[in-house]
Amino acid sequence: MNIIIAGDGKVGLALTSQLLREEHDLVVIDSNPNVLRANLDQFDVMTVHGNAATMATLRSANVEEADLLIAATSADEINLLCCLTAKRMNRHIHTIARVRSPEYAEQLIAMREDLGLSMTINPEQSAAMDIFRSLQFPSFLRRETFGKGRVEIVELQVKPDSVLCDIPLSSLYKIAKVKVLVCAVDRDGTVTIPDGSYVLRPGDHIYVTAKAVNLAQLIKNLGISTRKIRQVMLVGGGRLAYYLAERLISAKINVKIIESNPVRARSLAEQLPKAAVIEGDGSSKVLLDSEGIRQTDAVVTLTGIDEENIVVSMYAASNKVSKVVTKVNRLEYSGMFANLGIGSVVSPKELCGSNIVRYVRAMQNQKGSMLALHRIADGKAEAMEFLVDDSVRWRSTPLKDVPLRRGVLIACITHLNQTIIPDGNNEFRKGDSVVVVTTLENPFRQMNDIFNDKGI
Amino acid sequence: MNIKIVGRTIGRIILIEGLFMLPALLLSLIERDFSVSIAYVQTLAIMLGTSGVLLIVGRRSGETFFAQEGFVTVALCWVIFAVMGCLPFFLSGQIPSFIDALFESISGFTTTGASILSNVEAMSRSLLYWRSFTHWLGGMGILVFALAVVSDKNSGGTFHLMKAESPGPSVGKLTPRLRDTATILYGIYITMTVLCFLFLLVGGMPLFDSLCTAFGTAGTGGFGIKNDSMVSYRPYLQNVCTVFMALFGVNFSIYYLLLLRRFTDILHDEELRWYLLIMFSATAAISWNILPLIGNLGDSIQQAAFQVSSIMTTTGFSTVDFNLWPTFSKAVLMGLMLLGACAGSTGGGFKVIRLILIIKDLKRNIRRILRPRSVIVMRVSDQPIDRQTMRGVNCFLSAYLILIVVSIAIVSLEPYSLETTISAVIACFNNIGPGLDTVGPTANFSMLSNLSKLVLSADMLLGRLEIFPILALFSRYSWRKNL
Repeated sequence: MNIIIAGDGKVGLALTSQLLREEHDLVVIDSNPNVLRANLDQFDVMTVHGNAATMATLRSANVEEADLLIAATSADEINLLCCLTAKRMNRHIHTIARVRSPEYAEQLIAMREDLGLSMTINPEQSAAMDIFRSLQFPSFLRRETFGKGRVEIVELQVKPDSVLCDIPLSSLYKIAKVKVLVCAVDRDGTVTIPDGSYVLRPGDHIYVTAKAVNLAQLIKNLGISTRKIRQVMLVGGGRLAYYLAERLISAKINVKIIESNPVRARSLAEQLPKAAVIEGDGSSKVLLDSEGIRQTDAVVTLTGIDEENIVVSMYAASNKVSKVVTKVNRLEYSGMFANLGIGSVVSPKELCGSNIVRYVRAMQNQKGSMLALHRIADGKAEAMEFLVDDSVRWRSTPLKDVPLRRGVLIACITHLNQTIIPDGNNEFRKGDSVVVVTTLENPFRQMNDIFNDKGI
Repeated sequence: MNIKIVGRTIGRIILIEGLFMLPALLLSLIERDFSVSIAYVQTLAIMLGTSGVLLIVGRRSGETFFAQEGFVTVALCWVIFAVMGCLPFFLSGQIPSFIDALFESISGFTTTGASILSNVEAMSRSLLYWRSFTHWLGGMGILVFALAVVSDKNSGGTFHLMKAESPGPSVGKLTPRLRDTATILYGIYITMTVLCFLFLLVGGMPLFDSLCTAFGTAGTGGFGIKNDSMVSYRPYLQNVCTVFMALFGVNFSIYYLLLLRRFTDILHDEELRWYLLIMFSATAAISWNILPLIGNLGDSIQQAAFQVSSIMTTTGFSTVDFNLWPTFSKAVLMGLMLLGACAGSTGGGFKVIRLILIIKDLKRNIRRILRPRSVIVMRVSDQPIDRQTMRGVNCFLSAYLILIVVSIAIVSLEPYSLETTISAVIACFNNIGPGLDTVGPTANFSMLSNLSKLVLSADMLLGRLEIFPILALFSRYSWRKNL
C-alpha cells in the first residue's frame, strides 16, 4: 500500500521501520530537512520537505495515489488539518491522526466524520490504559486482550522460588489447575514456542494464554502474592500521568504525583482534586524517601527522560516496591532492560506504532481478516486474532492433524461466546475467532498463511 | 568499516557484468573469431573466481550500508568493473599493453570515449561491440542497475549507493522504493536507446553500426567504430545523433514527469531551460563563426549543432575536425566541455545545475555586500536550496579545479603543446573524449606515456563518479581500524 507519514518524530520513525517491514511504500513528510536526510540514509522511503497540512506538500507526496495518511506531527491541530486536507484531495484515503490533548477528546468523538478521520490515536492515553491494566494484576508484567476481552495473554517472570521452576510444561495443569497454555518463552532474549517437554527455568519470561475469568485463580494457584494495589506513586506529571491518575482515581486507588515544574504541578492539582500532587524533583532520593516510596504498592516512572525513569525504577525495585512500571521512549535498548529489574517497560510510541500497524493490516484484508494484533516479548513474537471465514482451509479438522508451520501456535479458539484453550482434539469452525502466536519474522496477512501446505 | 558487505555487493555486481559479457561472447562465436572467444571465456572464468571469493568473504555481512560503505563500494566497484572489462582486449592480444587496455576500458565505462586505438577498424567486431556496450552500461550506472535487479528488500542504506553513483549535487527519488526508482530510470533508458537504434536503422545504417552508435549515444560515450567517427555517415544519421545526444543529456526525471503528464513542472525546470538556452546560443555562435569556412548556412548550422550537442552532453562523436575551426569556436567548445550536461542524465562534466547554483550564490553574495542585513533565500525551479547543497557544490568546484590543475601539471611533462595538455585533461575529466590539437577528434591518445595514461584514467573515474567516492576510497578514514 502507499502510505504517507506526516511528521518524522519518534512515532514517525517507529512507524517507518514497522511499516517497511510489512512491505509498504512510504512517503515521509517533515518540515525539518535534516531529520528527513537522516531518515533517507536509514530507510528506503521517499521524503517530502514542507508543512504536511498544505495542499502543495501533500500534492508532492502524491496524496492522490495514497491509501493511508498517518498524521503524527507534534501539533494536534496540524494533524487534524492535515487529515482534513488529505481527505478533501482524495476521497478514498484513510486517515489516522495523533491527537494528544485531552481538551479535544470530546469534539473528536462528535466530529470524526466531519474531520474525515478513520481513526485517532493518543499514545499517552493508550499507554495509560496499558499501565492501568497491568496495575490491576500486578504479578503480570504485561497483559494483552483478545476475543472482546475474554482471553488474555499475560507475561510472567519465573522467579527462583516459584513453583513453576524446573517443571515440564506438560505438567503445568496439575499446578495451575486452570486450563492455560504457555504460548511463548523468552529466555535470555531468544523467544521460542515451547512444546510439552519444555522445562522452565528461573528468569524465563513466559507468555500465558488464559481466560480472563481465570486470571485471579491462576495467580492464586501459582502461589504468586496477590496483594492488591492501593497506593501508587507517579514520578513525572506529563500527559500520560494525567490519564493514568484519572483512571486510577476512578478505580479508587490512591495516587501521588511528583512533578518538578510548579506550573504543571498546579494544573495537575486543579484537574485532579483527589490526587496528592507534590512539587519537587522526582529523581531526588531524599524526596522519594520522604514521600514514602517504601510504603507504596506501585511506582510508575513517567518523566520525559528515559535515564531518570530507569534509575528511579531501579531504586524503587531495590526498596521492595512490589510493582514497578517504567516508561521508556527509546526502545532500541529494550534487550537490556529485562535484567535491570525495572519491572514492566512501557513505550507509548511503540504502542502507538503497533496500534497503527494493526489498523493497516486490517485495512489490507477486509475479509479473512485479522481482528487484533499484539506484539509480545519486545516485538520478537506476535499474537494475532483471526476470524475464520469460508476462505480458511482446515476448518473442522482436529488441531493435531492440521499442518501448521514451525514457530506457529494456535493459542485460543472462541466459538459462539465459548472460549477454549485448545489441545490437539479441538477444532475451529466457520465464524470462530482464533488467536495465533508466532515467532516468525514474516508477517501474516491472512489466516491461511499459518498453514504449512502450499494451498489447494 | 564493514568490509564484508562491500565484498558481497561487489561480488554480486561482477556476476552481473559477466552476464552482460555473454552477448559479446556469442557474437565472437558467430563471427568465428575464436581467439577472441577464448579471451572472453578466460575473462568470465576470472570473474567467476573473483566473485566467488568475494561472496564467500562477505557471506555473513550485515544488511545495512552506512555512508562509508556506500562510497567505498561505488568507487571500488567501478575500478574492478573497469579492470575486468579490459581483460578481453588484453587477453585477446588486440591491445597488447595492459595499461592501454585499462585506459580503453575505463574510457568506455566512464562514457568518455577517449581511445588509444589508432586504427579502430582493425579491431574484431565482438570487441568493438563490447567496447561500445561498456558506454551503455556506464551511462546510467552499474549500481543503479544492480539496485533495480538484485537489491535485497528492506536492506537499509542502499540510498548511499545511489547518492554516490548518480551525477548531480542532490539526488532525489522518483518513488518511495529505490528499486522502483531504478527500474523506472532503466525503463526510460532502454526505451530511448531502442528508439535511437530504430531511427538509425531506418536511416540506412548497417545493423551492427546502428547498435554500437546507439550504445555510444545513449551512454553519451562516443566510441566510434570507424576511424573518422561519424564523418562518413549521411546528414540524416548525423542529425538523429544530434537530437538523441541532446535528449540523453537531459535529467531523466524530466522524462518521468513527462510520463506522469506533469507538464507545468517540466516548464518550470530551470536546469532544462538553461541547458537548452546554452545549447542553442552556442550553436548559433559557432555557426556564425564557421560560416565563412563552410560557406553554406544550412551546413554550418548542422555541423555546429552536431558538435555542440556532442561536446556539451560529453559524448565526443564528431562529424568534422573542429581543430581546423577558428579560435572562437574552439573556445566555445572548450567552455561546453567544462560545463557538461544536466544532473541525473548520462552525461558528465560540471553539470548545468551547479553552474546555476554558483551564479545564484554569487548574486546573493554581492547583494549581501550591498545590503548586509537582507535575508535571501536561494531558489532553483521555485524550490529553496538548503545550505548543505550549496556547500557541497562549492566543495565540488574546489576539488574539480584543484584536480584538473594537478593533472595538467603531470601531463605537461609530455612534449606536447599546452592546448593539447589542457584539452586532454579536460576532455578526460569531463568524460568527453576528443580534445584539441594533438588529441583532437581525428587523433587519439596512443602517443602519451604510461604515466599520463594512468593520470587520465584516474581523471575519467573522478569525473564520472563526481570526485568524492574516489577520494573517499583513498581516504585513510575509510580504512582505519580504530575509530
